[in-house]
Amino acid sequence: MLTLTINDVDLEVDVPDDMPLLWVLRDVLGMTGTKYGCGIAQCGVCTVHMNGNAVRSCVLPVSEAAGNKITTIEAIGKTALGKRVQQAWLEHEVVQCGYCQSGQIMAAVALLEKVPDVDDADIDLGMAGNMCRCCTYTRIRGAIKSVAKA
Amino acid sequence: MNTQRYSSLLSRSRLFGLVGGMLSLWAAAVLPAQAQDAEQSQIERGEYLARAGDCVACHITEGGKPFAGGLAFELPFGTLYSPNITPDKETGIGDWSDDDFVNAMQKGVGKDGKHYYPAFPYTSYTLMPREDILAIKAYLFSLEPVHQPNRDNDIGFPFNQRWGMMFWNWMFNDNERFKPDPEQSAEWNRGAYLVEGLGHCGECHTPRNLFQARDSSKALAGAEIQGWKAWNITSDDEHGIGAWPDEALASYLSAGHAEGYGVAGGPMAEVVNHSLRFLTPEDINAMVVYLKSVEPQSEGIKRPPLKQLEASVPQQTDHPLGRKLFADTCVSCHSWDGNGRQTPYAALKGLRTVHDPEALNLIQILLDGDALHTANGNYVMPSFGEAYSNEELAELSNFVLEHFGEVEGQLDAKTVEERRQAP
Amino acid sequence: MNKNSSAPVSPERRRMLKASGVALGGLLIATWLPPMVPKSFAIQRLEEEPEDHELQPPTALGAFLRVGHNGHITLISPKIEMGQGVQTGFAMMIAEELEVPLSQVSVAEAPPNPELYSDSILNFQATGGSASTRSNWEPLREAAAAARIMLIQAAANQWQVSAADCRAENGQVIGPGDRRLGYGEVVAAAAELTVPENVPLKKPEDFKIIGKPAQRLDTPSKVDGSAKFTIDLHVPGMKIASARACPVVGGTLVAVDESRARAVPGVVEVIKLDNAVAVIGDHMWAAIKGLEALEESVEWDFGAHGGIDQAQIEQALRDAFERDGAIANDVGDIDKALDGAESKIEAEYEMPFLAHSPLEPMTCVAQVRADACELWVGTQAPVFARQAAAKASGMPAEKVIIHNQWIGGAFGRRLETDFITQATAIAKQVDYPIKLVWTREEDTTHDLYRPHYIDRFAAALDADGMPIGWSQTIVGASVLARFAPDAVPPNGLDSDAVENSANPLYPLSNLRVRYVPEAPKAILNSWWRGVGPLHGAYVVESFVDELAYAAKQDPVDYRLKLLGDQHPRAQAVLRLAAEKANWRQPLPDGRGRGVAVQEVFGSYLATVVELQIDANNGVRIKRLICVADCGIVTNPTSVHSQLEGGTLFGLSAALYNEITVKNGRVEQSNYNDYRQLRISDAPPVEVFVVPSTEAPGGIGEAGTAMIAPALMNAMHAATGKRFRRLPLARAGFHVI
Repeated sequence: MLTLTINDVDLEVDVPDDMPLLWVLRDVLGMTGTKYGCGIAQCGVCTVHMNGNAVRSCVLPVSEAAGNKITTIEAIGKTALGKRVQQAWLEHEVVQCGYCQSGQIMAAVALLEKVPDVDDADIDLGMAGNMCRCCTYTRIRGAIKSVAKA
Repeated sequence: MNTQRYSSLLSRSRLFGLVGGMLSLWAAAVLPAQAQDAEQSQIERGEYLARAGDCVACHITEGGKPFAGGLAFELPFGTLYSPNITPDKETGIGDWSDDDFVNAMQKGVGKDGKHYYPAFPYTSYTLMPREDILAIKAYLFSLEPVHQPNRDNDIGFPFNQRWGMMFWNWMFNDNERFKPDPEQSAEWNRGAYLVEGLGHCGECHTPRNLFQARDSSKALAGAEIQGWKAWNITSDDEHGIGAWPDEALASYLSAGHAEGYGVAGGPMAEVVNHSLRFLTPEDINAMVVYLKSVEPQSEGIKRPPLKQLEASVPQQTDHPLGRKLFADTCVSCHSWDGNGRQTPYAALKGLRTVHDPEALNLIQILLDGDALHTANGNYVMPSFGEAYSNEELAELSNFVLEHFGEVEGQLDAKTVEERRQAP
Repeated sequence: MNKNSSAPVSPERRRMLKASGVALGGLLIATWLPPMVPKSFAIQRLEEEPEDHELQPPTALGAFLRVGHNGHITLISPKIEMGQGVQTGFAMMIAEELEVPLSQVSVAEAPPNPELYSDSILNFQATGGSASTRSNWEPLREAAAAARIMLIQAAANQWQVSAADCRAENGQVIGPGDRRLGYGEVVAAAAELTVPENVPLKKPEDFKIIGKPAQRLDTPSKVDGSAKFTIDLHVPGMKIASARACPVVGGTLVAVDESRARAVPGVVEVIKLDNAVAVIGDHMWAAIKGLEALEESVEWDFGAHGGIDQAQIEQALRDAFERDGAIANDVGDIDKALDGAESKIEAEYEMPFLAHSPLEPMTCVAQVRADACELWVGTQAPVFARQAAAKASGMPAEKVIIHNQWIGGAFGRRLETDFITQATAIAKQVDYPIKLVWTREEDTTHDLYRPHYIDRFAAALDADGMPIGWSQTIVGASVLARFAPDAVPPNGLDSDAVENSANPLYPLSNLRVRYVPEAPKAILNSWWRGVGPLHGAYVVESFVDELAYAAKQDPVDYRLKLLGDQHPRAQAVLRLAAEKANWRQPLPDGRGRGVAVQEVFGSYLATVVELQIDANNGVRIKRLICVADCGIVTNPTSVHSQLEGGTLFGLSAALYNEITVKNGRVEQSNYNDYRQLRISDAPPVEVFVVPSTEAPGGIGEAGTAMIAPALMNAMHAATGKRFRRLPLARAGFHVI
């Protein structure tokens, strides 16, 4: 039994230690906002926060997550910054298919926490691990910058 | 199982072998329970020893059957293929006698009387007592025979003249069993046996002389093999593993990883995957004790200083393309601060790999990727050789060396291309 | 169909509307539907009626539109939402004619029903070909307008006044004396009325919603993680399955040691299929680990293609040039023109196999019960999905229920039904629902890929370097021949393969276009975003560019000259693109601009790339300009988004993508070796949309088709060298 702290709730799960957090979230806890894309930390759609840092849950063994504070897309809107980023995403009409956007938003919030006054170069290097096959990149930049300026 | 027991058996091993062979036939028929237990325990011991000796690493091909051989060894003088060592009578070693097998392991001579090339590490295995060798044989003979004919070696003259190996052996193969040092602890002696004999660490980690024999004056001082650097694993504090805490070294050996010190990659990852992870904690500790005592050699790449890096994009770099590529494909696991993002297995800080100006292992791992299997799960590094250009991989390497290792990388596209082409 | 619509519709298109058999009339149903948050209909069903699987075949009545007793409007969308914004666009169309605010409309997915939902351009029920807006622009508005008339009539009847004295506004009917009745109050009576024919549509100048940027209906749930894609669904009792098919197409499963997978914690079942092995687990991790555990013991019969390598495939394509193939167009006498020409130019272009690689891998929820086969799956082709499931389950099609789902990227991949067949086959072997989820590796290696094309051109030039004519031979797999063999004439001419080639934008007095279909071994080919124009625009615009340089003329001027008095819309976008790109302003060494202009999917596009090359083959795209005339725009935001994203999607492939085969297997497996454009590679896309009152053109794939020629032409401008084979990375270039 492992105890996970997800979105400020303690949850007990009985799963193999090496099971990636992604599948615990999705298939055990039913929290499907966090997506599967590649399983090798190359696309970023599985991004969640561990103690405020963006991590790829597809390669995060659940045993490493235990004892840390995990935040997912389902709860990021409860933070002021998370809410602002989500709002910016809507205002800039970033979303196309939407599949990667949970991960994009989680990565953007983590980036803005670290670098509140991001510019294009910061965004390009800070968000490069999050792929979007619809290629909404132009609008992602715009949305993040609008939060940075606000 | 202590080393004293090995030595006491040494002198009698030949006799035991002969009698043992006959006994096992008889035992199977007449003395079921007890003798079969003994046989079973010999097989189990053999399996353990075969793992410690990492036999399967060479006697298998990708996607092939274990111990059926066929792996290519591209050497400066030609290509060798490992033979089938399953008990198939026609294509394997099914009709080998105990002596045949012992001769192969200790003297490097096959059943047909032909000399092996020392790609087969008999100059290390020769330290093994007959008893251990026969346990391995018993294990191999307990497996399903695989019918897979051996591939002919592709060796040109004069190296195809195998009789020449007699002289080589005369010079470089001591053909002596391991003799414990009474001055040292049982643990140390066990470690020495595992490192020098079964584990044949020196085959990769000891540089070779002109004759492709291990240079005993530089034992375990590090060498280049198959395009990889096998690091200096002597007790030197800066160049070797002298400064590694015992637990770190034990963790490296058993799980392929010691945060801030090393991650097994390439051939070493395979050693962990196939061999070391199966060893008992006692044996791992014995190896640690022995390695810590190996005469220090100040050769090779030093461990980099442990830098305190920010977990954010470095603003200054001489290698902006490398930084971009690191942001694209690397930072998700390795993080800007060199700590593993999801797991310490991905930590880059403190690794000699990121401090080697030639970036030999770094580029190898970028080109081909890596996979480490541990009791805690599998850790995979994808390969980037296919989709990333030579220029990109060179600049990525230069950035990694600059950022994590504090060395000036001089990699260029041409070097990366050469590494791609290298066998 | 005579009405006061001022939006012109071509006679051909009208004919197609009729021929498609879509019931353009009765579209009203008085069934009350709860006001749904804008999300998938099937999800609603899952949450509210998990046990209710009653088959309810839709009727012509209410095919597109439902008005609830609460006045809420539900659009039954014949097109699935996969990021193109189509459902919001459709909602805008009906909100416009129904006189309701957009917020009063929600969307449900149409079930498979070819009579009701076949696309009038594609001729089957599908989302693709950038056809959605083009083919639904009229029927949807007509449906809404008919509903409005009926609602007004019902209110007028109740008030006993003339309908002519009533009007609709904001979801209400307003009568003389400012009497008001909400739609919900009159819908029951309205449903009894005869559906009017020849309904007049609003004039564009009266549009209140169409043409104004609107927020997409589906996006709020996509920024908070609550949106459900197929991969996110859970039905009661469901388990997770993942599969590994024979790595070689056409191969079969011989044997597998199931016990190894069964020993993995969480594994429930190992399923053997003809060409694959699947592991069912409590969770995806168990399924993945189970498949890994099977790896060593799986034995395949690789079939006929186990030895096929890329070089053999390419050689077979080259050999195909010797065959006659089919003539797609033959005007004048090109042989004579070439013989007598002042000079000749020849060129060969090559485009690789491409995987679709949507971020949501292939996934399908399936349950095969005694009474029905029920599927929850994001599909671009629901009728084909139903056929596939019927075949795999052994049930008649009417017993197959398809709940279409929002799609996490398709790009043409979900027009195929291979994964639906597989999910159904797995579900058939167990007595609970399964959710099949492919790993990324399975998705990459078992795609159906964009064909590998080779094109050869020869142009005859006059003394001014203008073409007297050209010949073009296209070799590549015929997607149509595999996908819809009946749609291919006996000579094998695939209309998709010769798009933008058979009838080039540029008028030529001598032209011969020949197509030789050559299906590669070991690779199946399918539709890929941009389809025919992706290929046609690349080769034609590359070749015209070569002719311009050979004539030592400016590539924009040369194109304009060649167009003469033809295609004013093409000329307009080209001129505007040149203006926005500062085309006439000279660039320093190492910099270059490239341009492409074409009519694609009924829209006119011009794309300009400006780039810079450094000493180490680094390419920096400085500007990327896309100008479009796509007729009347429904939602400008979606048009801009599609042009931005579509252009970059095409750039991703043009820069990096190439699928290759070794030993019958696809060599690429995941994003480490099948690289995709990242934000750090992506230049900002400057989009300009020309105001237009023409009928809507397609936009979802238009940008994608235009970028490769513009990019490669810019590479030539910057380096003086022609790179004719995609992707650019092959030539050793990378993005900086």
